[in-house]
Order: sequence, then C-alpha cells, then structure tokens
Amino acid sequence: MTQQTAPLADEPAGARNPASAGGAVTLTGLGKEYGDFTAVHPLDLTIPEGSFFALLGASGCGKTTTLRMIAGLEDPSGGTVRIGDQDVTGLPPYKRPVNTVFQNYALFPHLDIYENVAFGLRRRGVKSVKGQVEEMLELVELGHLARRKPHQLSGGQQQRVAVARALINHPKVLLLDEPLGALDLKLRRQMQLELKRIQTEVGITFVHVTHDQEEAMTMADTIAVMNAGRIEQLGAPTDLYENPRTTFVANFLGQSNLIEAQVAGTSGDDLLLSVGDGRLAMPTARCVPSVRAGDKLLAGVRPEKISIVHADDAAEVPEGRNKITGRIVDASFIGVSTQYVVNSPWCPELAVFAQNVERDGRLVPGAEVVLHWSPAHTFGLDAAQDIEAGEVNA
Amino acid sequence: MAALSTAPAGAPAEVPPVPPGAAARRRRLVPYWLLLPGILWLLVFFAAPMVYQASTSVQTGSLETGYQVTWHFATYWDAFREYDVFYLRSLIYAGIATVLCLAIGYPLAYTIAFKAGRWRNVLLVMVIAPFFTSFLIRTLAWKTILADDGYVVTVLDKLHILNVTASLGITADDRVLATPLAVVCGLTYNFLPFMILPLYSSLERIDPRLHEAAGDLYARPFTTFRKVTFPISLPGVVAGTLLTFIPASGDYINAELLGSPSEQMIGNVIQSKFLTVLDYPTAAALSFMLMAAILVIVSVYIRKAGTEELV
Ligand SMILES: Nc1ncnc2c1ncn2[C@@H]1O[C@H](COP(=O)(O)OP(=O)(O)OP(=O)(O)O)[C@@H](O)[C@H]1O
Ligand SMILES: [Mg+2]
Repeated sequence: MTQQTAPLADEPAGARNPASAGGAVTLTGLGKEYGDFTAVHPLDLTIPEGSFFALLGASGCGKTTTLRMIAGLEDPSGGTVRIGDQDVTGLPPYKRPVNTVFQNYALFPHLDIYENVAFGLRRRGVKSVKGQVEEMLELVELGHLARRKPHQLSGGQQQRVAVARALINHPKVLLLDEPLGALDLKLRRQMQLELKRIQTEVGITFVHVTHDQEEAMTMADTIAVMNAGRIEQLGAPTDLYENPRTTFVANFLGQSNLIEAQVAGTSGDDLLLSVGDGRLAMPTARCVPSVRAGDKLLAGVRPEKISIVHADDAAEVPEGRNKITGRIVDASFIGVSTQYVVNSPWCPELAVFAQNVERDGRLVPGAEVVLHWSPAHTFGLDAAQDIEAGEVNA
Repeated sequence: MAALSTAPAGAPAEVPPVPPGAAARRRRLVPYWLLLPGILWLLVFFAAPMVYQASTSVQTGSLETGYQVTWHFATYWDAFREYDVFYLRSLIYAGIATVLCLAIGYPLAYTIAFKAGRWRNVLLVMVIAPFFTSFLIRTLAWKTILADDGYVVTVLDKLHILNVTASLGITADDRVLATPLAVVCGLTYNFLPFMILPLYSSLERIDPRLHEAAGDLYARPFTTFRKVTFPISLPGVVAGTLLTFIPASGDYINAELLGSPSEQMIGNVIQSKFLTVLDYPTAAALSFMLMAAILVIVSVYIRKAGTEELV
C-alpha cells in the first residue's frame, strides 16, 4: 500500500489549477430516479482537473448511472453537471467535451481500428487525421493492427482501441466505465498500469468506475466509495483505507476486524474501551462518532496491523499494546503471508495477516494465541450500523 | 444458355456396405445424409424442371405435330426482340417498387426495432398479418380500393393530385386503376413485408450502445444514422431488396389485376405463352432470359454493395 502515497505527494493537478479550469467536473445535487426507485441520491461532488478519480462501489449502486449523467447519456432527475466553467446539464452528448470508454467497449463493428479511432476527429471535421490517429495507435501500442476489424482483436486490444478512440479527441474529461471488467487478472493489472501511465502522460481528468477496490486503490488519486446511490466517503486511497468512516467503507475497501465495544472512559488522548472482560485503547481523534462513557462503539483494526503470538509466549507482548486472546480456527498459507482466523470469546472470526518472516510452527488451528496491536492502529465507528455492510464474500 | 450447365450428373448416392470398425467413416458421411432430403428436393423440383424447360426452349414444332429438340436457339433472339419492352417494363416496375418498399420499410423497421418499446411484437404481427389472406385476394382488394368511384380516387382527384400524376404519365383519364401507378402500388404493397422483415432483423441486432458511443464521439443523431446504423444494417438492406426485387420482376398478378394491357409485365407474357397460346418454346426461352437478367443484375448489385467503401 505504500506506493499509493506517490500520486498524492506529486500534487493532484487540481491543486495547481482552480476548480474552474477546463477539466474539473462539478456535480451539484445530481440525482436520478427511475419511477419511485432512486438509483442515485442527489450528490454534490467536485472532481479536480487532471485527477484520476475512481468511483467505487458494489454492483447496482449507481456508478454507471452517475457516469452516464456526466456524459449526457442519461437525463438527471435533478441537479446540474458543470465541466470547467460550463453548465452542460442540458447539452446532448455530442456537444459535451467528454468522451466515454464503455463497459463493453462498443467499438463500431463495421469500421476497422483506424477508422474507429478516427471517428471522433472526422465528426468534428478535422481534415488530416492520419498523423493523430497513428500517434494515438502508437500510444496504445496497436499501430500494427490498424486495418483489423474489432472482432479480430483480443479483449485487451479492443479495450485499448476504446481508450484510444476516446482519448484522441482530447476531451476535458475521460469517463471510463469498468473498462477492465472483461479482462483476466494478469491483463487487468497490466492495463491498470498502462491507463495510469497514459493518464499521467496526457494529464486529462479521468473518472474511472469500478467495483474492484484494489483497482481503485492502485490507480486513483481520489476515490469516492458509493453505496446504494450515495457517496459514503471520499478521499485519497491511503486516507480511505486508514480512516474509514463507515462500516461499509471499512469492509468494502480491504478487510477490517470490527469489534463491538463499550466506552469505559478516557485516558489522556486515548479512549478506553471494554470488550467483555478485556480492555482496549484507541486515539480519541480516530473515533468517528463523539461518544461518552457507557456508549457502544465499533472498534476497528486492519488484519495486517495485528501481530499473533502463541499463548505460551504471552509474556513477551510489550506493555501498552491492545491484547485479545483466542484460538486459531483456520490458517491459510498465501505465500508472502499467512492468514489466520481467530475466535475469541468476545469477538468471533478475527482476521490476522502475518508476514512469513519466521513462521512459528505452533500456530496451527486449535492453538491458543494472543493477538496484539498498537492502540494507534485502532479506529472507532458508530455502533448503530450494520457491522457486516460492504463485506465481500471472498 | 448458362442455365443449361446446371444439368446434374445423377447424385452420388454411394452407400457402401460398412466394413466393421468403420464408425469414423460413417460419422464423416452424416452431413451428406442430412443434406440428402434437401438435395432430392432440389433435384425433383428445381434441377429437373430446369433441364426440362431448357430442352423445351430449343424445340420446334406445334401442338399437333409434337415438339422436337432441334437446337433452335433463334427462339431466344426472336422472343427477346418481340418482348424486350416487357422486360424493360418489368425491371423498371420492380425497381421502383423495391425503392418504394425500402423508403417505406426502412423507417418502419427502424421504429419497430428501436422506438416501439412494448408495441414491438404487435407491430411485427401487423407486418405479417396480410399473409393470413391469399396474395390473390389481397390484390383484388386493391382493385376495390382504387376503384374509379372509390374514396381514394375521389380524394386524389379533389386534391388535384391526379392531374400531377397524369402529367407524369403514371395515371390517365382521372383514374388510378389500369395505370402504371396502380401496378407499382400493388407490387409495393405485396412485397413490403419481404423488405421489412430482413431490415428489422438486421436493425434489431444493433447494440444501442453503438448509438450512444457515436453520440459520445460528436456524431449528431443523423450522422449516427448515416455512419453507424445504416452501414451496419446494410446486409438487411441487401437481403430485403433482393427478396423484393426478384419476385416482383417475375410477378404477373399485379399487372393482370390492377393494370391494363399496356402495363403488362414479362410475367404476363410468359404466363399467356404457357397457358393460353401454348407456345412452350417461346415461354421457356422468355423464362430463361428473365432468369439470366435477374442473375446478372443481382450479382452486380451484391458485388457493389459488398465492396462499397462505407466511410
Ligand atoms: N433504466 C432503468 N430503469 C430502472 N432502473 C434502472 C435503470 N437503469 C438502472 N437502474 C437501476 O439503477 C441502479 C443503478 O444502476 P447502475 O447501472 O448505475 O449500477 P452500477 O453501479 O453501474 O452497477 P454495476 O457495477 O453492476 O455496473 C440499479 O439498481 C439498477 O437496477
Ligand atoms: Mg455499471
């Protein structure tokens, strides 16, 4: 996860350019209803120019609908869409400075690759398209296939044609609707890097829709997590990962252990929690709801932040760590790490990812263990939520 | 003519006694067995009559003395010289009817495919509904519709449209019946479903996202139609025009019922040569020449439609 900070450090272009510049997208109260079903609740969102923005959410949560409203392919039930300084809400798609890479490419079957890519330029009356088309085909490394028809290409190649066909128009905003959805894992990873490279190269605002949280985290510099037609949380990948504000985000983006706890009191900057007859501590600043002693709370910790030791070595756990005892019910060896599932009397099925540095042979299912982690790695969520929201059944 | 070469050499219905263990060979023969009914059908109802007619066309003689094959190819030339106007008229009427069918059928097929929503099936049934009555009866119905004192003619007359059509030479004497207009209308009406159905099936298959993609790439709705929808539907256009043009150019019912002697098409001539005058050689020769003409026109058309630069 560490490399995700890179795009942040290197300034999101939006920071340089005020939101009014060419490629910023501003949605104000934008919503969509189908009959009495609300596909997208009115949402306010600003996507800075030049950013790689990911719209992440489970299937059916309204991502495509949002994207289509930006592209002009769907009429919003309310609200406005602005691109740069221009209100485009009432404009038909062909008048908007946006291009779309469709979920299943929608390449023109009767035209060859060259003409597919040239389509937008020709419609705008550009006279000599040759140079630009060739350059664009080079960018996506398809120059040698220019005269093939779409059905003669592999899925990954078609996907690159779809990107080239949209990008060649130098839109202010490029909309990508799960463009990698149909590809196998390896190609997907490769295309993610490629898209990221292209985006850095051309500096256009990318709005990328996906339901793959890993994809969103590797590619985007800002992620909006959508759930049931609402944006639950928006931020940089590291920020969303470290500081989820809802159980949905905590479970959907990576994996989280959520422990039902009760606030016992405070100690300096820390909040003290009781879990059964055990005690946990966490920074008050990382607690989302404001709580008082006696309130219920969900204490969260990411599986890789937890260390696991055999109960016989419990004495070696340093002071000041959050500790929970339990019994291993499952251990799966993944290669770089081992994933344990640990049952403790107060919280069932805690997930623990341990790096395979020095494997302890005693850590097998049935073994009594102590889990411990730094209080600073604990976050607190409102207990009045579905604790399993957004869980991905892997 | 060329058609003579279709004379087949008896079907190679080779059915060897299967040696043991020749299952693989038997499996290889399966496709031929499956083709057999079709081939037999073609032999009995297409190839054999063709050979028979081909031989008829080069016979001479009379009903009384009987006909002999004398390789009298001059029949072709004589028949052509005598009836060339009818060929021309047939092709022109069929061509106009085809163009009209396309002009009426394309918007209709487009609407059914993209705009009809839940009315789609109802509309399709309405396209096919005329087939529930016979061709002959439907054409006779047009005789009533276009009758001299009927509403249509009265209204057209009141609107002075008949003056316009008369000056174009497609109607005469304030009537529609027994004019080229009536015959072409009949042809258009009767063959319209053969145009609409292939058009519909090729349009219906077009992914609506292609329209969205075109719009997204700065094509206005009409440009989208011109550059995306229409080119993709071309196979339907070709199929529809062939299914309309070919039967229309050989048709004689419409000219017979809705036209006068001066609208007679080549089909009428062939029909009367066969059934009234009983001049079989000429009738057969005329049939072969019609077939050849259609073959030439169709192959030129397909060649052109197939290679046309669509961008
Ligand atoms: N034309 C429509 N009529 C009624 N409901 C619709 C229509 N289009 C979409 N919906 C509903 O709106 C919701 C959001 O759809 P949308 O296509 O935006 O989902 P999505 O987030 O893109 O999902 P996926 O990841 O599966 O593509 C869904 O529940 C869907 O059933
Ligand atoms: Mg979608």
